[in-house]
Amino acid sequence: MSSNAAAIPRAHRPQGPREIPQHVSPGLWTLAWRRLKSDRVGMVSLAIVIAFIVLMILSATGLIAADWSREVGVNYAPPTIAGPDVNSLGPGAATATGAEGPTEATTFKSTVVDPIGDVIAELKGETTAAGTAAGSGVVDPLADVMKDIQSSKGAGAAAPEETRLATLPFGGDKWGRDVLKKTIKGSETSIFVGIAAALVATLIGTVLGAVSGYYGRWVDDALNWFYNVFSSIPYLLLILAVAAVLQQKGTMTIILILGLTGWTGIFRLIRAEYMKHKGREYVQAADAIGASNARRMFTHIFPNVSHVVLVQLSILTVGFIKAEVILSFLGFGVPVDVVSWGSMLNEAQNELILGKWWQLVAATTAMALLVTAFSLFTDALRDALDPKLKGIAG
Amino acid sequence: MNMQRSEMQGDPLVSVRNLRVSFRLDRHNVFDAVRGISFDIPRNATLALVGESGSGKSVTALAILGLLPPENAIVHQGSEVLYGGRNVAGLPQRELRKLRGADISMIFQEPMTSLNPVFTVGYQLEEVLRLHRGLAGKAARKRSIELLEEVGIPDASFKIDAFPSQMSGGQQQRVMIAMAIACEPKLLIADEPTTALDVTIQRQILELIAELQRRHQMSVLFITHDLAVVGEIADHVVVMRNGEIREQGTAKAIFEAPQDAYTKALLQCRPQLDRRPMRLPVIDDYMAAGHAGPKHMEERARGVNPDDAVILDVRNLSKSFWSREGLFGKREFKAVANVSFKLAKGKTLGLVGESGSGKTTVGLTLMRLHEATAGQALFEGKDILAMSEAEFMSYKRRIQIIFQNPYASLNPRFTVGQIVTEPMAIHGIGASTQERTELAFAMLDKVGLPEVSFYKYPHEFSGGQRQRIAIARCLTLKPDILICDESVSALDVSVQAQVLNLLADLQDEFRLSYIFISHDLAVVKYISDQVMVMNEGELVELADSDEIYRAPKQPYTQRLLSAIPRGWQAAAHAAGD
Repeated sequence: MSSNAAAIPRAHRPQGPREIPQHVSPGLWTLAWRRLKSDRVGMVSLAIVIAFIVLMILSATGLIAADWSREVGVNYAPPTIAGPDVNSLGPGAATATGAEGPTEATTFKSTVVDPIGDVIAELKGETTAAGTAAGSGVVDPLADVMKDIQSSKGAGAAAPEETRLATLPFGGDKWGRDVLKKTIKGSETSIFVGIAAALVATLIGTVLGAVSGYYGRWVDDALNWFYNVFSSIPYLLLILAVAAVLQQKGTMTIILILGLTGWTGIFRLIRAEYMKHKGREYVQAADAIGASNARRMFTHIFPNVSHVVLVQLSILTVGFIKAEVILSFLGFGVPVDVVSWGSMLNEAQNELILGKWWQLVAATTAMALLVTAFSLFTDALRDALDPKLKGIAG
Repeated sequence: MNMQRSEMQGDPLVSVRNLRVSFRLDRHNVFDAVRGISFDIPRNATLALVGESGSGKSVTALAILGLLPPENAIVHQGSEVLYGGRNVAGLPQRELRKLRGADISMIFQEPMTSLNPVFTVGYQLEEVLRLHRGLAGKAARKRSIELLEEVGIPDASFKIDAFPSQMSGGQQQRVMIAMAIACEPKLLIADEPTTALDVTIQRQILELIAELQRRHQMSVLFITHDLAVVGEIADHVVVMRNGEIREQGTAKAIFEAPQDAYTKALLQCRPQLDRRPMRLPVIDDYMAAGHAGPKHMEERARGVNPDDAVILDVRNLSKSFWSREGLFGKREFKAVANVSFKLAKGKTLGLVGESGSGKTTVGLTLMRLHEATAGQALFEGKDILAMSEAEFMSYKRRIQIIFQNPYASLNPRFTVGQIVTEPMAIHGIGASTQERTELAFAMLDKVGLPEVSFYKYPHEFSGGQRQRIAIARCLTLKPDILICDESVSALDVSVQAQVLNLLADLQDEFRLSYIFISHDLAVVKYISDQVMVMNEGELVELADSDEIYRAPKQPYTQRLLSAIPRGWQAAAHAAGD
């Protein structure tokens, strides 16, 4: 709501001579939140969604998974749970079949021939990120020098001579990058794209729907005509066309594409809501006290349809997360140097032939978990906002 | 109580014993709708169940039929509904279905929503006969036509193929009654069957139900909030409040010698045609501790003098709606045609008419919520209908409207404070938010709401309180004219009396002029100085209220006034003649 005088700031309570009883009534959102809190499934899914978003934010600020592109494992390092044996085709297979247990993290020689490789391997045995270094008894005069050399090479570009892990928690990709970190990094793109595109689409759909439904007549006709033309073009073609016009691949591009093509559903819904509400007596009453059109549309009607907007936003986010994955999978999505669940799936397509299933599983599981949790949360949200839908009168 | 029962002939048809019904609101809260009531429905008689909203009267009827929603209704142990020696309260749905329709049937308040719009009325009637009587084909059709004739549908053999939408509301209710009596039930439950109907149609339906009751020797359980209707139709009366029975007895006993304070109050607080006290009695006058009975019962003088100042002069007001017909054609529907009247300062003009008479359109057109087709409305000499929107803005403040439904006319997402201060902010009344807030508190006080209301939302208030909020919202603008569009029609009689008293007080204090639109002729009689009768968009008659009720000149007015339910006294007189 705007900052106009209709919304009285609670701080502005009169300080007159009378004692005004302090009272805060639960509003719609408070009541909805109370109902949501008693919905166990809704709360669990909300927790999952929040966990994903927290991961995404941590990754975006570089607190975790910042070094996702470091090649920390051997090529196609299998997940820890499966053990290094799985990698029968991998170059390190011969040495991997040692006496060590499958679940233990093992240090490996790099596959690249390197004259000082052995020395470094020994050193690395104590200093790798896996953290087995502490308390090593080996005394090496060259250790400090080598450490300096190692650190000067930087974390980003992994040295080929670096010793790598045989297994990683969720496995490694073609270059030995940690799939877990990649999945976290990928969530950044996928969730951000999903939410941002949903916001764009919701904004367009809500404004157009409100104008169309509220004014009716030729405005409605014109916008409906626009809508019909828009929705008669096949979805993918439209995306390709917009992508061609925008001439560049990037996260912003895909947000715009999804936002510009995805507003149609919410447009219809909000239009119908506004048509319904503009005839209601409270809107007539607002007219009678002299409220302007804009005020009636956004101050009066909008709070009454905001729950529809919120639920649609939630549904669209789920849809757009999936859409981004599909588009990236098809190669229309984010550029190759940006990791997303879609591009992971795209890579996994080829890996699957080699029997490397973990990247596929990681990306799919993450997406399925988020999308399912988000959908269940959307249902719970709808029930909380509109309890009559459940058939139990409030 | 025993004495009253012994007056009833023979054993009763249905005995309700210690009925308790609760509703689950959510996981923790349970609402007790009916709290252990007992009464009998005698054979071959009409029992009226009277109460205001929330009294549990409809829930009781649904419990007798076993129609309570199973997911959240609880019928407590020990509740008995004895019919033919059996307790039907605990019967499985399959058994109940055999009873419903055949032995016990029901008609509902809204005929428009109770009939299925995609089937002809004949089909729906024949379905009842097929299910319960095993009739089919020609036999069912023949019986259906007979039934339609019995409930007074003209040209029944033709109308049987009509869809519900092709019939008027009164005819639809007749069809509902035909369906209900199709299997000659022993008990007919009528849940507010005339509330949604115009007064003339209401009279016809009441007469029909009374006649059918006599002819078929069935029992009728008549549920209503309107004591005037009860006085005309009922043999026995049960008065309910908050899920409990306050009083029960014969209609004669209830109307002539009510024992319970609530019954007395209910009988008194409805405006009567032959009296106009300064203030209407309210429930609290009778129920409050140490009550002294109603005060200010002296007559209030109403009427307009020729030399009263005129504030609004409406001349030849017309409003047409056009519907598209064919590709280019348009058809005109005249909602208001050539209506002229004058509103005197500080007086009330009552506007009565049946649904579709155009009375609401007059109000909305004067507010410019509809664009007038033709005519003038001179407000202190200036035509407000011809003004530009900007010019009208300063007059908009001075003409305000209170709508019918207080549940719909307040924005549910605004607090009462926002609702009441918004008009002032729009029109620049009060210099600051603080000042407007102070004004709002004063206004809430004026309409009798506690200060804490300021921070609450509309859903936390009852219907009467919400209407007070709507009145407060209008009053903040200090209007000269207040249009009340069926403003008390949706309220319970006791609350209605309070709001009418408030309106009268405000008129006395601020010299407000009211245009009071209502279909309730008794209410209009009470509040109005002048009454204007409308029919099909045209003005039928306009005169001082006392005069028009005493000696209506036009036949239409006479017909309208004779249809008003006159309650017990009138019925008793009629029986005596």
